[in-house]
Amino acid sequence: MPDLRGLYQEVILDHSKRPRNYRVLEGADHQAEGYNPLCGDRITIYLKLENDRITDVAFQGSGCAISTSSASILTETVKGKTLAEADALFEKFHALVTGEANGNQAGDASLGKLAVFSGVAEFPVRVKCATLAWHTLRSALKGEAKTVTTE
Amino acid sequence: MAITPQHITDTAIRGSSPKFDVERIRKDFPALQQMVHGKPLVYLDNAATSQKPLAVIEAEEHFYRRDCSNIHRGVHELSERATKSYEDARVKAQRFLNARDSKEIIFVRGATEAINLVANSFGRKNVQAGDEILITAMEHHSNIVPWQILCEEKGARLRVAPINDRGELLFDEFEKLLTPKTRIAAIVHVSNVLGTINPVREMIEAAHRKNIPVLLDGAQAAPHVKVDVQALNCEFYAFSGHKLYGPTGVGVLYGKADLLDAMPPYQGGGDMISSVTFEKTIYNSLPYKFEAGTSNIAGGIGLGAAIDYVNAIGMENITGYEDELLAYATEAISSIPRLKIIGTAAKKAGVISFVMEGIHPHDVGTVLDQEGIAVRTGHHCAQPLMERFKIPATTRASLAFYNTRREIDTLVAGIQKVKELLG
Repeated sequence: MPDLRGLYQEVILDHSKRPRNYRVLEGADHQAEGYNPLCGDRITIYLKLENDRITDVAFQGSGCAISTSSASILTETVKGKTLAEADALFEKFHALVTGEANGNQAGDASLGKLAVFSGVAEFPVRVKCATLAWHTLRSALKGEAKTVTTE
Repeated sequence: MAITPQHITDTAIRGSSPKFDVERIRKDFPALQQMVHGKPLVYLDNAATSQKPLAVIEAEEHFYRRDCSNIHRGVHELSERATKSYEDARVKAQRFLNARDSKEIIFVRGATEAINLVANSFGRKNVQAGDEILITAMEHHSNIVPWQILCEEKGARLRVAPINDRGELLFDEFEKLLTPKTRIAAIVHVSNVLGTINPVREMIEAAHRKNIPVLLDGAQAAPHVKVDVQALNCEFYAFSGHKLYGPTGVGVLYGKADLLDAMPPYQGGGDMISSVTFEKTIYNSLPYKFEAGTSNIAGGIGLGAAIDYVNAIGMENITGYEDELLAYATEAISSIPRLKIIGTAAKKAGVISFVMEGIHPHDVGTVLDQEGIAVRTGHHCAQPLMERFKIPATTRASLAFYNTRREIDTLVAGIQKVKELLG
């Protein structure tokens, strides 16, 4: 039986109530809006890049505990990373929350704080909540102007 | 709604009247007998779709096991049986709505298709550039988008009658928006988000004073209140079978015969013609003119069985029981701190939408699901209404006559658990 405490871990609740880097980023050179029409979650991600390194990142929006905390932890995680590193993290994170990681990914040290999302794999309908910010990040990096949706 | 203890005592007595035995009724619904995540299912998502009584499931099964054939064209025994069952269902729908004639009952896929039919057929013929179509601020997307498409095509304008903070129509504003340019008023009978029962009789009278025809979207009304299209005098009425304890993929458009007769066909194909040459096609008479192609025969028969089932309980008994349950649930849920009910109209059907301070509806839905409680979370296909209340989404518990006070208590306990976990 899926475990609610495993889904709503303390770190997730903390970030959903007090999201980090929650602001409009002045002078952002990339931004994108993400939208989950299923539940109305909507976030905007702002980025500053130097060469191919993310030097600053922030977000704003409204959403459920999973999508808000995922966006908050994303900003902490990708700051200072190169685009290739951020992309690789998304791949690992995606495998983790969709349950394709066979349990090994949660122990992967490179995931860092992202490992708290391992419980999402037991709640398939919430995968889109967890990945919304990451899809939006990817869209912002590609400079796509259109709102990305999870549908 | 203010509930005095006296009122609750009264409803408790009436709720246990021998006329309405909810425990016996629940036994008719196989899906209600299951455990979900180790807990007994508490199904409170009836505004999305209702569960089906055995009588409906067996009627569909009987068709596929015994009578499966196409209707209106075979000379063989199976086709005669199937045609009779399907046309009997049409008469049941006619009586259910108190329509004058069974040819005024068009079988469609559901309320959405019914509205699209009217927009495409009546709308395209009668709406021109500069004309107006009037809806309300509490419409489901299915009674917004078909009219928007029509307006865009014709250069017409969609007008929206506003509501107050309780979720009640501002009648004076509605009346003002009925202008000489208005070609049709398309109005939700009962709101799927707020539960508001609109004063449709008065709205229809106001529209008729200006010779404006009225379509009622009855998707949420037909399962819960008695509908009499002759007494209402509406031009069109739409409802879905699956919310009325019938199968998915079947519903009804009622239309006044003279209007339907004057309307062009909606789709072309078999069954809707009386003769076809490459030069000219003569269309079939009502209702078949609007039923191109092979219909959802099993679905129509299943809907007939659902209407029989509802009639056996009695719509007045259903409305009475659901009103009492809604009062009980409203009292219980509104007493929870830091929770706000969205939609507090004086006249409501069994829908309770709510928001919780600091907790997103999607998280509420996940926690409740683990308690075996099925609710809907999201914008409920009414995004403009969410914007009106400046909320992204709600959690919605919607009632049916097979729900119980015990289930409401389970919901309240579940909401407490949500607060413990996420509050």
